Amino acid sequence: MNEKIESRKPPVATTGIIGWLRINLFFNWTNSLITIFVIYCLYQFVPWILDWTLFSADFKYNYLGQQITNQEMCSRNLDPENGGACWAVIYVRFYQFIYGFYPREEVWRVNISYVMLAIALLPLLITKLPYRKIFLNFTYIFPIIAYFLLNGGFGLPDISTNKWGGLLVTLVLGCTGIALAFPIGVLLALGRRSKLPVISMMCVLFIEFIRGVPLITLLFFGMVMLPLFLPEGIDMDGLVRVLVAVTLFQSAYMAEVIRGGLQAIPTGQYEAARSLGMSYWRMNFQIILPQAIRISIPPIVNTSIGLFKDTTLVIIVGLLDLLGIGRGTLADTNWLGLSYEIYFFVSLVFFIFTFGMSRYSLYLEKKLKTGINMGAD
Amino acid sequence: MSEESIISLKNVNKWFGDFHVLQDVNLEVKKKERIVVCGPSGSGKSTMIRCINRLEEHQEGSIVVDGIELTGNLKNIDNVRKEVGMVFQQFNLFPHLSVKENITLAPIWVKKMPKAEAEDLAMRQLEIVKIPEQANKYPGQLSGGQQQRVAIARSLAMNPNIMLFDEPTSALDPEMIKEVLDVMVDLANGGMTMIVVTHEMGFAKTVADRMVFMDEGKIVEEANPDKFFNNPESDRTKLFLSQILHQ
Repeated sequence: MNEKIESRKPPVATTGIIGWLRINLFFNWTNSLITIFVIYCLYQFVPWILDWTLFSADFKYNYLGQQITNQEMCSRNLDPENGGACWAVIYVRFYQFIYGFYPREEVWRVNISYVMLAIALLPLLITKLPYRKIFLNFTYIFPIIAYFLLNGGFGLPDISTNKWGGLLVTLVLGCTGIALAFPIGVLLALGRRSKLPVISMMCVLFIEFIRGVPLITLLFFGMVMLPLFLPEGIDMDGLVRVLVAVTLFQSAYMAEVIRGGLQAIPTGQYEAARSLGMSYWRMNFQIILPQAIRISIPPIVNTSIGLFKDTTLVIIVGLLDLLGIGRGTLADTNWLGLSYEIYFFVSLVFFIFTFGMSRYSLYLEKKLKTGINMGAD
Repeated sequence: MSEESIISLKNVNKWFGDFHVLQDVNLEVKKKERIVVCGPSGSGKSTMIRCINRLEEHQEGSIVVDGIELTGNLKNIDNVRKEVGMVFQQFNLFPHLSVKENITLAPIWVKKMPKAEAEDLAMRQLEIVKIPEQANKYPGQLSGGQQQRVAIARSLAMNPNIMLFDEPTSALDPEMIKEVLDVMVDLANGGMTMIVVTHEMGFAKTVADRMVFMDEGKIVEEANPDKFFNNPESDRTKLFLSQILHQ
């Protein structure tokens, strides 16, 4: 009866940093082994990449203090043992990367367009923005303003699109392609599910044809064949031709993504809308599409990111987007051999935009799901 | 067709593929009449009431609702749907809209009612179904019984002359059935023309003017509740009643 009770060890910590480490990194011996391996890899890689990109890198001057004007002056070419990245190539060619060959005295027009793009995106990013309605109206008319601002008109001198390049072309193609393809994709998706055989057949044909053809083929099609379909005397701008091809391509994919969302909507939703006397369009715009699009946000963003990166293909029809300018720079004898720096920079710019898009989609999903049971009933 | 008939089905036939779901169905419903339709599952009772607002299309015979014949004419269909409200087994509320928006949507967009007026109307309907405090919640936050009452309020907001109920309590937990039935009884006492497909025989006894029993796509028996429950004619009805009342 009076036996001494052995004192027990305290329970293993499950909270705090130690607890977190134990649960997530050292839960059992395989887990610990993997953790140690990963730490070893990071230890090898991180200091090296930081050193190469930042600590030993040249930005404007090399280690002798000279301003770099060609690849021979880069520290890593002068002293291969110690030099890091030579970012001077980006510094010197920065204008081209961002604006292409847009005339310097007119470049304010591109800058204003970039600022306006940011303002136009604001109401989409921040739902609690004061005066959001006014901002939204601006978002709708922004493409028209940007078109005249960049292209010319209303007293502004015309700047031919073959002078556009770099990030400007990438953004014009990406934004216009995504923005135009979305409504067209919605109509195609509705059309494909239409009960009218002519409409659904036309949509199926269009979608299947476009999806069955590589984007490069469509780009050539836009460049070479589109002018044949236009009445004589009308010359279509090269960038516009590419835009048409990109938009058609993207809208076919968008249509399939949205159709997937539409199929997830229970028939009861259609019946309830119908029994309230709503018309076909009213029902789709108020009831069906808001739910279908909500479900399809991840794949919509996925295809949008895909398109944004695919815009680099326009290089083969002679447009110089961000990557095109990079490759052009590499072909310059002054900057031969700096491919690491240039591809790193181009990748980084693309990553910033696509990562932004993917974070935005996560935010949208979170926001739209609050308090809503999207289950079957 | 008698003068008072507000719904009239004559020799209605319908097939799903080769399956003959409705076979020569004849039904006359007078204004303010409350009809309860029952029968085993697969007997065509849901299909029949879904034909009345053209969620299903009948292939032979005629259906006339409030003087409007249901044909392929889309305008007629829209007009009938404005007259006829419907409540579904699965509620079918719009999950992306709040309770209030669920109710105001159709008055605003179909009847072109100003938003403020529609919101007043929505609140009045929510008072009728006794859940005005839920106006700003989303359907997913409500219990099944509350959702079904919102669905009833949503239909009533269109001010229909006829209400169709397609097994309104079948998807509910037992303790929630009563709150929905209470609302329906109130509605019946208010003089609404109602066709209710249900297995709630207690509700049928208190509310129905006439019972309709369907089996295998046909109307087997039509009678007032007293006769239907105490003295049914057909053997099929007797068997069904014995099964359903001895649950």
